Amino acid sequence: MAGKTDLRRFPGFLAVTTLCLFVLYAPLIVVAVYSFNASTSITNWGGMSLMWYVDVFTGPEAPKFQKAALNSMIIAVCASVIATIVATLAAVAMTRAGRLRGKIFSFALINLPLMVPEVVTAVASLVFFSAIGFTTGLTTILIAHTVFCIPFAYLPISARMQSIPDMYEQAAMDLYASPREAFRLVLLPLMTPGILSGFLLAFIISLDDFLITNFVKGAGVETLPTAIFGSVKQGIKPNIMAISTLMLVVSVAFVSLSWLVGRMGQDKKKNN
Amino acid sequence: MGAGNSSQIYQGSGWKLLFPSWIIIGIFLLAPVLMMGVYSFLTKEFRGGVIWQFSLDAYDQFFFDRGLFGDEPPRLEWTYIGIFWRSIWQAGLATIACLLIGFPTAWFIATRNPKSRSTWLFLVTIPYWVNLLIRTVSMKFLIRDTGPLNEFLLSFGIIDAPLGLINTNFAVQLGLFYSYLPFMVLPIYAAVERYDFSLSEAAADLYAGRWTILRLVILPVVKPGIVAGCILVFVPSLGAFLAPDLLGGAKTFMIGSLIEEQFKGNAGNWPFGAAASMILLTIVMCVLLVYARNQNKVEAR
Repeated sequence: MAGKTDLRRFPGFLAVTTLCLFVLYAPLIVVAVYSFNASTSITNWGGMSLMWYVDVFTGPEAPKFQKAALNSMIIAVCASVIATIVATLAAVAMTRAGRLRGKIFSFALINLPLMVPEVVTAVASLVFFSAIGFTTGLTTILIAHTVFCIPFAYLPISARMQSIPDMYEQAAMDLYASPREAFRLVLLPLMTPGILSGFLLAFIISLDDFLITNFVKGAGVETLPTAIFGSVKQGIKPNIMAISTLMLVVSVAFVSLSWLVGRMGQDKKKNN
Repeated sequence: MGAGNSSQIYQGSGWKLLFPSWIIIGIFLLAPVLMMGVYSFLTKEFRGGVIWQFSLDAYDQFFFDRGLFGDEPPRLEWTYIGIFWRSIWQAGLATIACLLIGFPTAWFIATRNPKSRSTWLFLVTIPYWVNLLIRTVSMKFLIRDTGPLNEFLLSFGIIDAPLGLINTNFAVQLGLFYSYLPFMVLPIYAAVERYDFSLSEAAADLYAGRWTILRLVILPVVKPGIVAGCILVFVPSLGAFLAPDLLGGAKTFMIGSLIEEQFKGNAGNWPFGAAASMILLTIVMCVLLVYARNQNKVEAR
């Protein structure tokens, strides 16, 4: 850039970016701060205190939220593990099976959950489960979550696959590895960063879901988002802010982990 | 679909590897959507659910008004078309807001040095990974009449009375904007990152000003990223439920709430909810088809 004026810069863009980040973070920071409020009112500031965090774990609503959190964890772990396995197999097929009949159809099918609006998926799932006489509960939530987790797991895995040339496996097979061994001993380790970030993505997406869960959960079964929603409908209480802050910390920890894993993969590539 | 495509190591076993995803998505998403289509043509049962009898009642109720007893000549019913229209309008305004804030942000990030770029991107994407419900509740907490925003402005005497933001169209737009902003930033960022700055230099050598370059050179080049961003924001906003439900009031009813209400408890109307879902799905699929066709044209060129 030897020019007189730097053509990359536009006046005001820094200000807009700052505004953007401010809008994105302000509500979260405010809630995190107010979660340490010592007052029982959500409006007045009564000094710093951890009382609402204690309340989350020991208060009258603690059993309800603990059960909901456990349900959320069980579903998120199971759905993301299944989705990651299915997505890994699909990604291998899409990038390593040469000419494949119905490739475009498969691609569209895998990405279908991203294209159908969430509320439509929710309605369709409810209608389907009721039509075939499935009792709604944890199983129906798990099935619905697995479906929409697949494309989220697939995206990072297939992106990673496309950047791995098949010469490593070819070399292994020239040295008499079976396709199965070449997959397990050569391709799988190379894919690991993609698989990990796909898994983390699917996990967070599952934890995040409210709308579909709310449709297919059935009576009496709650996940953390549906329990929080039910509570918020009667007004925001301080314990909700403490729970929100805890979930915020968990989400940020997960994303940071995913980011670090992704960076590790990139650094390795550079060193090669 | 990328470089690895020519590889044929698993030639012949492709369908075995794809089988699980076909089964899961085919049975638990494709079939349910078709089933929903069938349900929209059934008769409603009064306690939620359906009677297996063909009927056009759901679509009739959506589009036509036949009077209280159903014996008047049909007139166009505006209630539900109005709700759809308002949803399109709200989602459109939220998309424009995302574009106005998202483009400068994406540009700013993409023109940093490569090392700080990923940190900026990370900062923009973190809020997206925080639970959407929690983000929406946080926004509600912040902007409600007795919330910190109003308290702050009141205490400094900037305003005399609370702003009354909550339960307005603006609050819903703000919520949608807040929910989907990262979807706008990321594709535009990807487009700007690939932008060849010698184009800007060439334009500057021909005495184009900064903003002229932006309008006539940069925007046309990064347009695919902008269009992708707009779709990624518009489509989920259209069917959004949490932002209109928590931040809006009865006056800001949107498609998501309309559909949700049909399946709540015993009061609902399943065929009508299914019909409204089918109409929403049709709108979204049309938007995506137009997008895909234009995309193909761009690629063909």
